[in-house]
Amino acid sequence: MSLDYENDGTFHEKLIEEVLSQYPDKFGKRRRKHLSVAKPAGEEEAGGEAEPLTECDVKSNIKSVPGVMTIRGCAYAGSKGVVWGPVKDMVHISHGPVGCGQYSWSQRRNYYIGKTGIDTFVTMQFTSDFQEKDIVFGGDKKLAKVIDEIKELFPLAAGVTIQSECPIGLIGDDIESVAKKKAKELETTIVPVRCEGFRGVSQSLGHHIANDSIRDWVFDKKETEWETGPYDVNVIGDYNIGGDAWASRILLEEIGLRVVGNWSGDATLAEIERAPKAKLNLIHCYRSMNYICRHMEEKYGVAWMEYNFFGPSQIEASLRKIAKHFGPEIEAKAEATIAKYRPLADAVIARFKPRLAGKTVMLYVGGLRPRHVITAYEDLGMEIVGTGYEFGHNDDYQRTGHYVKKGTLIYDDVTGYELEKFIEKVRPDLVGSGVKEKYPVQKMGIPFRQMHSWDYSGPYHGYDGFAIFARDMDLAINNPVWDLFDAPWLKPQPIALAAE
Amino acid sequence: MAALRQIAFYGKGGIGKSTTSQNTLAALVELEQKILIVGCDPKADSTRLILNAKAQDTVLHLAAAEGSVEDLELDQVLKTGFRGIKCVESGGPEPGVGCAGRGVITAINFLEENGAYDDVDYVSYDVLGDVVCGGFAMPIRENKAQEIYIVMSGEMMALYAANNIAKGILKYAHSGGVRLGGLICNERQTDRELDLAEALAARINSKLIHFVPRDNIVQHAELRKQTVIQYAPESQQADEYRQLAQKIHNNSGKGTIPSPITMEELEEMLLAFGIMKTDEQALAELQAKEAAKAAAVAAQ
Repeated sequence: MSLDYENDGTFHEKLIEEVLSQYPDKFGKRRRKHLSVAKPAGEEEAGGEAEPLTECDVKSNIKSVPGVMTIRGCAYAGSKGVVWGPVKDMVHISHGPVGCGQYSWSQRRNYYIGKTGIDTFVTMQFTSDFQEKDIVFGGDKKLAKVIDEIKELFPLAAGVTIQSECPIGLIGDDIESVAKKKAKELETTIVPVRCEGFRGVSQSLGHHIANDSIRDWVFDKKETEWETGPYDVNVIGDYNIGGDAWASRILLEEIGLRVVGNWSGDATLAEIERAPKAKLNLIHCYRSMNYICRHMEEKYGVAWMEYNFFGPSQIEASLRKIAKHFGPEIEAKAEATIAKYRPLADAVIARFKPRLAGKTVMLYVGGLRPRHVITAYEDLGMEIVGTGYEFGHNDDYQRTGHYVKKGTLIYDDVTGYELEKFIEKVRPDLVGSGVKEKYPVQKMGIPFRQMHSWDYSGPYHGYDGFAIFARDMDLAINNPVWDLFDAPWLKPQPIALAAE
Repeated sequence: MAALRQIAFYGKGGIGKSTTSQNTLAALVELEQKILIVGCDPKADSTRLILNAKAQDTVLHLAAAEGSVEDLELDQVLKTGFRGIKCVESGGPEPGVGCAGRGVITAINFLEENGAYDDVDYVSYDVLGDVVCGGFAMPIRENKAQEIYIVMSGEMMALYAANNIAKGILKYAHSGGVRLGGLICNERQTDRELDLAEALAARINSKLIHFVPRDNIVQHAELRKQTVIQYAPESQQADEYRQLAQKIHNNSGKGTIPSPITMEELEEMLLAFGIMKTDEQALAELQAKEAAKAAAVAAQ
């Protein structure tokens, strides 16, 4: 199903050495453990699951060194920006000084349906705007007041979350007791989240803390009247960026499942509360929400399954895998769905593959994307030469082995210097990373797509998303602007100089 | 006018820092010195004996009431007490909330920016017992107190605290130029108290600047919200504080960089002075006590 190619591992190994040689010994030694080249997977006995293609283990999830221009975020970013922020009918208070809230205003294009400011609040920004006196005297009273004001101004808000910024942890404010008191008084859900930015090494801890706060402050707190069905599933870890979750949901519904919750893009508090009653958790972004899936499995016996809705090859494989869990009836519908969309996918490939085949791509993103999008590129005939995670853990790199080909360059928590050098030497036809990387890469004359926010485009999930994905990559790579990259006076002169 | 001298009193909680400092500063006025006392304790009781009342308007409480510290005027918080001594209290949160250390920083910055230090000869900081965080170390940082006086006694925990404060001074001695002015021993009538205080002072490269004897007259004055200098200016104890004030006044520029000792060294010293018992000693004593008890029971 997937493209057959191999990357130049020897060249990549040499490149790693070259980059490391520029560091002081001690730092070079540290960074060496985070850089690697995908090796052929060891010969293991055939198991039930598909064998990994390669092995690309590197050291991960440890502290970044100040000054290396890491692309990582903080625990607050992981909770407010990723997990909680998209829950649309709750008000999320950025609790602390105004900056963290200001710079995370509007979220990550987590699309949602609703009247903003009436029953949904995702793109609004609420902050307790700490002043010096709140630091000195504590911010508990102000927090209680903010909650009161929210209740009065936005009576349709289903609840409130308190997203702690650094000073809350430093001064030891007791946000839990405020949450308990106000929740009782106002008869609403209030979730205190201890996601102070200084905790942990990256946003990854913020995801975990946010997951735990769902477990501790949402589950089993209210009686949820909910008629369950045999095909109820939750989609976990789809943040509906540019509408991703909607493009995914229609496929799951077409194969006969009932999506009773989508976490947390376009989500309501009610979806989260009733989630433990579903039959299966389908997890897309494993990194940010595996914790709560494991908890639901242990406590409520809800099974979970990873899937991938990027590009037709993975969509087909995932639909079949999901359908198998539910038996022949759903399997038949899955086949019908796959057959229905096959012409659409083929048309997209027929149109764009000739323009994109053989083009090389380097990725550096977070969450699930460093591996999940790979096959979508390969469906278009493109080849992945390097990939890496901002805040991945060991289990992410293990899973990456199922995607990348031999010789692929692997870089964990890459430094600004390393990424720039890698791109400069490899000179791929496309780089997919974040906004900070976009302009330096384009100045190097290399096409670029932001792969955190789909570069203001999307959705990229599902069949609908694949069509947009293919178009966007074509727009980036085959943009005529790249023919104008060299300055006119540096080009060979077409006209002979006039004879003297 | 001589250059502004900034001093600070540190020491274990309850050792009598505020009492000692206020009595000493009241005596310093007699040397024609203009003095500002900055109380750096959320309890706001560092100026009670000078003002003859507990300060009601602290910098931080007024700032909170007005909105922010920028809305505050100096004369709202600067009070004048006994013989023209100016007093100000930083104030701070009630126990268990907020960040009192940040409060001290805010208050001191406010005072400096608003010219509280103009037209005085001495600024004296009275800092809460335990230097628990950076905020309470504010007075020993750059361009603040030049000399620190540690109030201690012959009690073990007071000696621990004194040594710990010396560590804090050492930390800032090179960047900020802060020096240890000396130890002030507040008599608690423990065994060999004077010897011990002198020995510790020598070990940490300082001196015992004064040994203040215990006198109930201090408590009598305190009950009346007064210093001994005000309450009983002719008393023996008032003269003790006058001596201390003179010594501090003459001590300008004579502070030292302390050489704090390790915990083990301190414990060895205490053992040598018989303050702390070795495990064997403690065990022997316990056994003797139990034997005596058993004997008493047997006798009945």
